[in-house]
Amino acid sequence: MKQLDAPRMERCIGCHSCSLACARLVHRRLSWDTAGIRIQSAGGLSGAFEARRCLACDPPPCAAACPTGAFAPRPGGGVIVRKKLCIHCGQCAAACPVDAIHLDRGGEPFVCIHCGRCVAFCPHSCLELIEKAAAGPAVTGEEGP
Amino acid sequence: MIRDHFRVLVADLTTGRGTVVLEDGRDEVAGGSGLAARLFARYGRPEAPWDHPDQPLILAIGPLTGAFPLMSKTVFAFKSPYHDQYTESHAGGRSALALRFADLDALVVVGRAAATSFLDLGSRHFALRSAGFLAGMDVQESGRLLRRMTPGSGHRTILRIGPAGENLLPLANVNVDTYRHFGRMGGGAALGAKRLKAVVIRGDADFSLPEGRAYNDLFARVYTSVTASGMMKKYHDLGTPANLEALNEIRSLPWRNLQATSDPAIEQISGQEFADRTLLRNSACSGCPVGCIHVGYVRERFMDEHRFLYRQVAYDYEPIFALGSMLGVTDTAAVLTLIDAAEQTGLDAMSAGVALAWATEASERGILSTRETIDPLSFGESAGFLRAIHHLAGAANPFYATLGRGTLVAANEYGGADFACVLGQEMAGYATGETFFVAQSLGFRHSHLDTGAYSYDQKNGGQDVAAAVRFLVDDEASRVALTSMVACLFARSVYTDTVLAECLDVLGYGPLAVGLSSLGPRVQKLRWQTRLATGFAPAAVSIPKRFLQVSTWKGPIDSTYLDQLKEAYAQAILDLGSS
Repeated sequence: MKQLDAPRMERCIGCHSCSLACARLVHRRLSWDTAGIRIQSAGGLSGAFEARRCLACDPPPCAAACPTGAFAPRPGGGVIVRKKLCIHCGQCAAACPVDAIHLDRGGEPFVCIHCGRCVAFCPHSCLELIEKAAAGPAVTGEEGP
Repeated sequence: MIRDHFRVLVADLTTGRGTVVLEDGRDEVAGGSGLAARLFARYGRPEAPWDHPDQPLILAIGPLTGAFPLMSKTVFAFKSPYHDQYTESHAGGRSALALRFADLDALVVVGRAAATSFLDLGSRHFALRSAGFLAGMDVQESGRLLRRMTPGSGHRTILRIGPAGENLLPLANVNVDTYRHFGRMGGGAALGAKRLKAVVIRGDADFSLPEGRAYNDLFARVYTSVTASGMMKKYHDLGTPANLEALNEIRSLPWRNLQATSDPAIEQISGQEFADRTLLRNSACSGCPVGCIHVGYVRERFMDEHRFLYRQVAYDYEPIFALGSMLGVTDTAAVLTLIDAAEQTGLDAMSAGVALAWATEASERGILSTRETIDPLSFGESAGFLRAIHHLAGAANPFYATLGRGTLVAANEYGGADFACVLGQEMAGYATGETFFVAQSLGFRHSHLDTGAYSYDQKNGGQDVAAAVRFLVDDEASRVALTSMVACLFARSVYTDTVLAECLDVLGYGPLAVGLSSLGPRVQKLRWQTRLATGFAPAAVSIPKRFLQVSTWKGPIDSTYLDQLKEAYAQAILDLGSS
């Protein structure tokens, strides 16, 4: 199964193009919140950007917490989301150890479904859709688009 | 988000209350520049001084903000502390998308806080928060505290002023998200007069998009034209500093208070040199994949035994001109150190550099001494300038307090007006010729971005007054249409009228799309009417003698042509402003 990876976040310039693309293309929203990938500045000692996104836990604790089956384990990690089953209880977001699930003001959860539609909109190739088996250390020196 | 009216939050600092107001006029003025002028007509007091508590601070975005690439700028309109007339300043950072996702087309701030405060708002919260502990704090430290005090990392904008703004200096800027600015015309003092240290806006709303594929397809096409065609390369490669060498080559880069327009020392502060020696990383405004923000680093040894600190400093053509060539400072680290000092104290780097260049020449001529300047000022000596920036921001003595009101204010008091490099405000870094000198002197924002006059000078060697004025008027109108959307002007070649109309139409702004050709001229006229109502007298503007002594690639400046052009453009502005 494919997974969204963010192996080159040190290249991120904070343009939010990935978040906006996910909201636009997957969720038909104009937003930098209601998206499966969200960019935050990580002050810390390095002053970099970080991508809040699903890290494809296997098994996923969010699916275990979901009381209605709206979140179900996805083969290879992550979740399959069936919005029609969701009761907006927020248990999935509470269970996520890396704060990857955004709840909108109505309690609807937004999580990465590993479709990779954001990848093409990153101007610096920070993101990549990979086969899980191929996941590994970041490739350095690779040219962006 | 897509609505036929404007949703405006009016924040009253006197009462601490906010009011959401629905304003009509979408099809007439679009947003941005047009909306700001419309709101000034409603909330502004043309006859009252800039620091009257009633005067509004207006932040406005446009119908395309956030919905397309590079629609990432905010228009800040206010009565300027610099000339006490209506003006605009533009900035990006996260400001535009934060306003969009706060579900606001504009924020209007009126009144005056009882004590140093900041506004903390979003789509679901509003508060005026007292913050006396931020008083006098520099831009970096106040930013750190505000980040700690407000949620929304990555999805908020933090606008803040430094000591220069709190000291009400017309050379003070408003810092936007650390690396961008509402730089010119004294916006920092406009906030300072309201005891408003900062505005934090969290973008925490989201909106539905039109059904069907048309919007996504158009977005992808525009995105591709921005990123894949190389059209924007010059802005994300070396960035605007690439122009330093180019302008120096055609004898149009001001050096040492415009005593020269070219110098071999350009090799030491060229765009390439900054990239090779200092460039740390790029950054971007939200909603823009170009990443034109160039962040350099400078390290400083503060103790023996190899104890260093380092600063991350954004650089661009204009601050390098103002605090580099204009001051004769030709070391990249020294230039970045000066830029950082202006940043942290909340001074506009361009204005501060040009003001200090005048003070330096005045010192050399014996008009000023260390009685006024405290530290000796000498071209090329950055240590003196570093201290002078702090003196200037702190209004350390009567001289610096006067200089902080503008170079000509100081020159008129101390002498030396002939060599004050002021074109409506402290000059931008283009000694390209008569068209630019007239255009900045009379331009709406007194900005090099009001029109492409600097480019016109480089492409036209002739002297056709009518053609030049026609260019200035038409070019301004096309830019005003963009600043009503609100686009970054770097994208002006991408957003042709045809593309703009497509973008508006696909989002559901049909009437705006159909009437696009008349939008620019209409808002242009509205802006000039607003400016003239606050006292602008274009015919009274004079251009200091220093500009007549300049020699460019076209040869010496022709003062007769300059005067004819100035007179004709002044009349054109009056015609634009007539009802």
